[in-house]
Amino acid sequence: MIVRLAQRIAILLASLAVSSVLVFAFMAVLPGDPARVALGTSASDTAVAQLREQFGLDRPLVEQYLSWIHGLVTFDPGNSYISHTPIGPQISDRLQVTLWLVGTGMVIACIVAIPMGMVMAVRHRKPSGLILSALSQIGVAVPAFLAGILLITVFAVGLGWLPANGWTPPVEDPVLFLKQLVLPALSLGVVQGAVLTRYVRSAVLDVLREDYLRTARAKGLRPTQALLRHGLRNAAVPVVTVLALQLATLLVGAVVIERVFVIPGLGSLLLDSVSNRDLILVQDVVMIIATAVLLVNFLVDIVYLLIDPRLRVGAS
Amino acid sequence: MSAPNTEAAVASAAPEGRRRRRPVPGSLLVGGLIVVAVLGMALLSFVWTPHDPTLVNPAARLETPSSEYWFGTDKFGRDVFSQIMMGSRTTLFVGFVAVGVAALVGVVLGIVAGMAPGWFGELLMRGNDLILAFPALLLTIMFSAVYGAGTLVAMIAIGIASIPHFARLIRGGTLQVMRTEYVIAARAAGRGPFAIALRHVLPNVSGLVIVQASVGFAIAVLAEAALSFLGFGTPPPTPSWGRMLQESQEMLSIAPRLAVFPGIAIAVAVLGFNLLGDGLRDRFDPKMEDRR
Repeated sequence: MIVRLAQRIAILLASLAVSSVLVFAFMAVLPGDPARVALGTSASDTAVAQLREQFGLDRPLVEQYLSWIHGLVTFDPGNSYISHTPIGPQISDRLQVTLWLVGTGMVIACIVAIPMGMVMAVRHRKPSGLILSALSQIGVAVPAFLAGILLITVFAVGLGWLPANGWTPPVEDPVLFLKQLVLPALSLGVVQGAVLTRYVRSAVLDVLREDYLRTARAKGLRPTQALLRHGLRNAAVPVVTVLALQLATLLVGAVVIERVFVIPGLGSLLLDSVSNRDLILVQDVVMIIATAVLLVNFLVDIVYLLIDPRLRVGAS
Repeated sequence: MSAPNTEAAVASAAPEGRRRRRPVPGSLLVGGLIVVAVLGMALLSFVWTPHDPTLVNPAARLETPSSEYWFGTDKFGRDVFSQIMMGSRTTLFVGFVAVGVAALVGVVLGIVAGMAPGWFGELLMRGNDLILAFPALLLTIMFSAVYGAGTLVAMIAIGIASIPHFARLIRGGTLQVMRTEYVIAARAAGRGPFAIALRHVLPNVSGLVIVQASVGFAIAVLAEAALSFLGFGTPPPTPSWGRMLQESQEMLSIAPRLAVFPGIAIAVAVLGFNLLGDGLRDRFDPKMEDRR
């Protein structure tokens, strides 16, 4: 167990190191000088040189890389080239917004997918199961931003029940916050739920074929009882994996959803920094998203070790 | 394109086809028909569209659907149906290149990782997993920050982001093939790894490649739509479904149909490629399925 844990941690650290080098190298090879880009073509050479010095762009690349990593690890990534404001608080503010979106989206996805997938599996030969199955197939084909636009059309423009866009922090006005959260979180969650449903269905179907479930039935449990008592834990393993992989999709989906609903999250920050050519900010946000994905994958590996005792015995 | 009909057909056919291991998977049929229809529409747009899709006509702004303008016109008076037809070209083109890049690199990577000795194969797969930390959209946005937004950047970024799915699947298939007796016999007879890869592994994993290509196409269509929506895809005036949606957003209160038509186009195309992938998976040897 401890060996496995150490192994996972080593893999995580190596992955983080390699991906940060890749991101840094990619941004470093870019044509042109970030300081020149930031100041525009009309800036004088001395001003550019000054900015280069201020942001350490005149130092060797390795040194620049190390100071970038140091800044990220200590949560003090320095100032933006463009706005000269500190990046750290900006990112943490925006990250909170995005985490609300992604978290709520994930919960909605689970609420939709777990019961629906189970019903689809248990009734997979009955009309109700087939209809749900077809519905999920259609849900998979709808991108989240399209769902968002349709939800706005119906619930904001058409019925006027909910605001079409905007964002209010929960501490300022909890009611407005919830109202504004509903549509974007639904767009993310329902679509992701459709994807998840299919995995829940196939995981539960696999479990239903297992011998231990037949044994449970034989000793007198009803199908639902047997499934709830013996099946779910086993079906959970593949579902948890997919959930984690979906986190990456949700984070990226949030980029688009934030644009649709004009929400000041991490995604909007990324898009704004691209259009402002604020490259250090782009670099930071990309790295944060990649880190989040790697971290979640790591956590899933750990959860695996916890829920599946067979994996603890190191049979690789 | 009769979207409601195809969706209704899917409702009755798709799940049946998925579960049955016999031929005639309904999903293969329906998915295949949708894909052929989208392909046909794209090809037709080279020779004919009802109107010039980029023609701005102030006299015909925001027309409702009619016999003249089948899906109506947008705020510039451009014909929506013609734009959808042209948009299918953009979508398929991006899909082809992205899937091509992903398949080419992913298949080679997967076969090498599957045939290589333990630690090296393991290392390749770790590197492969690393790409998963950079989803298509993120990669495209990052590339665009450096090279500027455009179709080429989007295609390549989507392609790179799709490599891991191919590589993982193909590695699974390769590992299975490598355990078969004919490969063991070939190795005993002294065949080199390259010959084995070409003669035994590649033909046996080609089914997997086709299945993943179809699913990958669906992912590419979704990614392209999202990117065009954000303004990182094909630049105007070339029509693309994602940008049509983006342009429709400000008109939602006046003309929600402008969002509905490109939306249906995206959903139907994705549905088609997904169903085709499902159907092909049922069709090919189920033993080769990499179920994780």
